[in-house]
Amino acid sequence: MERKIRILIAKPGLDGHDRGAKFIARALRDAGMEVIYTGIRQTPESIADTAIQEDVDFVGLSLLSGAHNVLFPKVVEELKKKGAEDIIVFGGGVIPEDDIPFLKGKGIQAVFTSGTSINDVIDFINVKMNEKNR
Amino acid sequence: MKKTDNLIENIKSGDIRSIARGISIVENGGYEREMILQGVYTEGHSYIVGITGPPGAGKSSLIDLLINKFKNYFKKVAVLAIDPSSPFTGGAILGDRIRMQRHTGDPDVYIRSMASRGHLGGISGATKDAIKVVSAAGYDLVIVETVGVGQSEIDVVKLADTTVLVLVPGLGDEIQAMKSGIMEIGDLFVINKSDRPESEKLATIVKWMVDEHYKEKKYKPPIILTSVYKNEGIEETARGIISHKDYIYENNIHAQKIKMRIEDDIRGLLEGKLNSFIEHHIKYPERIEQWVEKIYNGRSTPFDIVKDIHENLIIDVKEKI
Repeated sequence: MERKIRILIAKPGLDGHDRGAKFIARALRDAGMEVIYTGIRQTPESIADTAIQEDVDFVGLSLLSGAHNVLFPKVVEELKKKGAEDIIVFGGGVIPEDDIPFLKGKGIQAVFTSGTSINDVIDFINVKMNEKNR
Repeated sequence: MKKTDNLIENIKSGDIRSIARGISIVENGGYEREMILQGVYTEGHSYIVGITGPPGAGKSSLIDLLINKFKNYFKKVAVLAIDPSSPFTGGAILGDRIRMQRHTGDPDVYIRSMASRGHLGGISGATKDAIKVVSAAGYDLVIVETVGVGQSEIDVVKLADTTVLVLVPGLGDEIQAMKSGIMEIGDLFVINKSDRPESEKLATIVKWMVDEHYKEKKYKPPIILTSVYKNEGIEETARGIISHKDYIYENNIHAQKIKMRIEDDIRGLLEGKLNSFIEHHIKYPERIEQWVEKIYNGRSTPFDIVKDIHENLIIDVKEKI
């Protein structure tokens, strides 16, 4: 039977700029995925709860405010706390290159900065999904 | 085998991760789906409320407010919110949850977004299976929010105990309301966005239609004006749903509904099994191409070919008895 990829696109923190998040959501929909979008100003706790209730394979976080070094790792922590560390977290937005190694060390498996082709995001998801199914 | 047994136990104990996983499994279908459903089938007796209506009527926002009211009547509430899958890519944006997001983190509320996955009746093919999963997990109220519907997507009626039709002013004149289909399915009619000017007029039209349709009937659906924006009419809607619930329990209608669903389950399962058995027996995949070719070349018709298959099948079965 066909296994659909389910993915949560979420915006933690206080920044309300969601055009990027909506763009990604639409692009992933067009790539055949089921995308849950929860809107702006979500806490890491509610993002983790949503990811679990929706049984998603991935959580994509979008943030433009600069608080990524705090909020992205918190989502990973919350998922771990709730026994859902198998859900893959990636992020995107306005993120300085220098912060990326730190974020990866905290369990954010990929960081896509502005100018990234949407195909890179889709490729990342497909590769990780294949690893998961193996 | 062991894996699904564990999962079933964890679903019954109310573990959220397991419930969510269980729903994915029944959505994806196949052998594991049957294992899960077999394990949860007789567990739980949720009350099921279907909320349907056109796109943008305010169904999700209404549910968001109703959840609070229902906490006076039920212990745990599950919401299954269905949004459409793209018929071209199979992808979907599931955005109903955005209106109810403040309930995330409430241990007594479970919200799950489901894509319609090619099903056309306003719900997904797996919605009734998902109801069984949350029911077994102890959610005594299940709210099913349909895809935004038009005129005849009424599948929710079969699986809901109470169906609420949410309408909004400005979508058409009274001829629209006179058409068959969706207007006949409401156990409650909610006219949302009552802060808008034309809502009284719509209420009058719906009332006229309901009075006519339910003239001789024991139960007459109430028409409730609501405004999610002003937080008005929500309590009345919740009470209207509870009154309908009392009515169908007192008049033995609830039991009938459940029996009809059981019959549907048996029929669906049997048809599926028989189909694959027969297809295998008559070697359908190997032979379909030559049948098509024969008809295409004008040497037969679908009726002749099926008559032939059917007669041979009956002979085979008789020989075995």
